[in-house]
Amino acid sequence: MSRNPNRPLSPHLTIWKWGPHMAVSILHRVTGAGLATVGAAALVWWLAAAASGVDAYRTFAGWATSPFGIFIGVGLSWAFFQHLLSGLRHLVMDIGAGFELSTNKFWANITLVGAVLLTAGLWLLIFWSHL
Amino acid sequence: MTEMENPIARVRGLGSAREGGHHWWVERMTSVAAFLLYAWLLVSLLRLRTLDYGTVREWLADPWAAVPMLLLLFVTFVHLRDGLRVVIEDYVHDEGNRFFALLLVNFLAVGGGTLAIFSVLRIAFTAGGAAAGLR
Repeated sequence: MSRNPNRPLSPHLTIWKWGPHMAVSILHRVTGAGLATVGAAALVWWLAAAASGVDAYRTFAGWATSPFGIFIGVGLSWAFFQHLLSGLRHLVMDIGAGFELSTNKFWANITLVGAVLLTAGLWLLIFWSHL
Repeated sequence: MTEMENPIARVRGLGSAREGGHHWWVERMTSVAAFLLYAWLLVSLLRLRTLDYGTVREWLADPWAAVPMLLLLFVTFVHLRDGLRVVIEDYVHDEGNRFFALLLVNFLAVGGGTLAIFSVLRIAFTAGGAAAGLR
């Protein structure tokens, strides 16, 4: 298929003024891509290690509980909650609701705040239960 | 050749990908399923309190944990494959690169998903006897 490189292009990310709705939209893709790669790899490693034996599981647990592993874990859990909340917002928007500018902006902000709060809550719970 | 159909009749429901809304619909279905299954996983893991080797295997030896876990893995890998496909289709413009990126995503999703599902099945079919004394 040949394509005319001089064809008119619709304006892309760079020319728009950033707002929460736009940030959340692109974050949904970024967090989704992160979960689909790093998150899926961690999930597969965890299950394959548990199926392989004690030594394999010890290797996984060593990585997962290291400072680097916890850093990845916090990042993945934030990505998970952000993707979950912005995904719920997208499901509502798929119905055709929530497109009024102020409503749209409000719920975009809620997903950002909610994801941080849920991540903090999860890790407080994890550390609290291990005290 | 003379077209007897109105153009809209050939296009309706098909879109540029020639398969209509199927991909879009599957992505929504799997997202709702993933929401429910990950809520289950999060609660289950927090209730275990510790995730050491023996605890995790004993947990997955129970069909009430293994079956939702298998469903979760199936839904996860279908959803992540469909999601990555949209990202690639939007941002990888070169036809050849797009083809290989989609091929890679499909191979990794099917391979990773199969490995994860096999692991759960292996634990479910082997750990039960040892952990629960052949109930």
